Amino acid sequence: MIDSRAAAPAPADVPEYPMSRAAGCPFDPSPELRELAATTPVTRVRIWNGSTPWLISRHEDVRRLLKDSRVSASTDHPNYPFSAPSMFMANLGFLTMDDPEHTRQRRFVTRPFAIKRVEAMRPAIRQIVDDVIDEMLAGPNPVDLVKAMAYPVPARVICALLGVPYADDDFLCDRVEVMVDPASTGEVSKAARKELIAYLEQVVADKRTDPGDDLLSDLANEHVAAGTLSAHEAAILGLLLVIAGHETTANMITLGTLVLLEHPDQLAILRDTDDPTLIAGAVEELLRYLSVPQSGRRRVALADIEVGGVHIRAGEGLIFASDLANRDESVYDDPDRLDLRRPANRHAAFGGGPHQCLGQPLARVELQVFYPALFRRIPTLRRAAELDQIPFKQPGESIYGVNALPVTW
Amino acid sequence: MRVTIDQDMCIASGLCVIVAEGIFGQRDEDGVAVPLDPNPSDEHADAVREAVELCPARAIAVAESDVAGERA
Repeated sequence: MIDSRAAAPAPADVPEYPMSRAAGCPFDPSPELRELAATTPVTRVRIWNGSTPWLISRHEDVRRLLKDSRVSASTDHPNYPFSAPSMFMANLGFLTMDDPEHTRQRRFVTRPFAIKRVEAMRPAIRQIVDDVIDEMLAGPNPVDLVKAMAYPVPARVICALLGVPYADDDFLCDRVEVMVDPASTGEVSKAARKELIAYLEQVVADKRTDPGDDLLSDLANEHVAAGTLSAHEAAILGLLLVIAGHETTANMITLGTLVLLEHPDQLAILRDTDDPTLIAGAVEELLRYLSVPQSGRRRVALADIEVGGVHIRAGEGLIFASDLANRDESVYDDPDRLDLRRPANRHAAFGGGPHQCLGQPLARVELQVFYPALFRRIPTLRRAAELDQIPFKQPGESIYGVNALPVTW
Repeated sequence: MRVTIDQDMCIASGLCVIVAEGIFGQRDEDGVAVPLDPNPSDEHADAVREAVELCPARAIAVAESDVAGERA
């Protein structure tokens, strides 16, 4: 592995990354960062450990390079730009593998995410959303939407898909939170990961004797039983789905609800239509506009790469800023305007290339069901706190969102 | 146009099925893409090209039989 820092010392005035969003503009990326990216779409940034990976922010570059086989997702490279000191991404199954092993491992878990299978789950997802709305309406008013809806909906869906008892979800959520918390040390993060894997290994073992119609049962009885997958590997696959199935959709639910409450004309579009194409398009626009995976996609160049007039050397770290790519004005007219009717389906919110989000069909259906149901069933829903009193997540956190969203109706 | 899928590269994202239903399908066992209509008619050309663009794994190839109809 080449240590590029020795080959090309970075200047001392490299800007720090990530950068804070502007007060009063919680849905937009940092203005300083956008200014930097506008003048230098491929630019060095300094991250928490002092290293200076390249930040790549143009929509075209992000989409093209994430598909490029000269770009590696492996965390074994010395310059892999971890997003936080916990380095929770280290060796996280196929998420941090390159092909062909990445695809081989990923295919163990792709079946339930096929479009037909996810569509077949739509009625069950609708039922879960309706149940969660019923429970919220029967409870205290005002309430925190994060706790009342944003976590329960995706958690119930992913627990059912995996075959994990929903009663254990508090444990899973709690350990995942510790594992990915940017304030966690590496040791604390690893300890949480160990607990999660031990738990999932036990579930996989139990599924051998007591199988259900779920993904961990399939892994246990088709692949672990046949020796093509170890119980530990199966547990890591489960862990990936547990992590990805909670935070991301939960934060899209809260942030999407909040941004729609701030844009009543756009909210009305989703509330008043039965057109599945319009609803699907609206969800794509919310994904683009909000770009919740705010820490971008982290990679390493395997070879020298020319991009945007910049020569990236083999071994250097790369950060693909999907949030900036999704506000690229050369692709999206008036990119800072939330426009649920615009064609937004080439957005980079799910990343890109072979690592593009495994759960995206499921996330889409969950969001397509959730927003219209929420605003139809509770048309008087509104914020119960001023916008500037709402605790938005910090720039160092992987997934953007809010920690609490008080609502009333 | 003629559509081919490199099934070794496919990551089963299903995006081709979303934008060009009827042209692309997915295998039951793992969601890997399969061509349902390898020689789609011109009316599907835009949808097929969008599938090529969206495919995260660059697994879809299109051979144009009628280049006159192709967009820049």
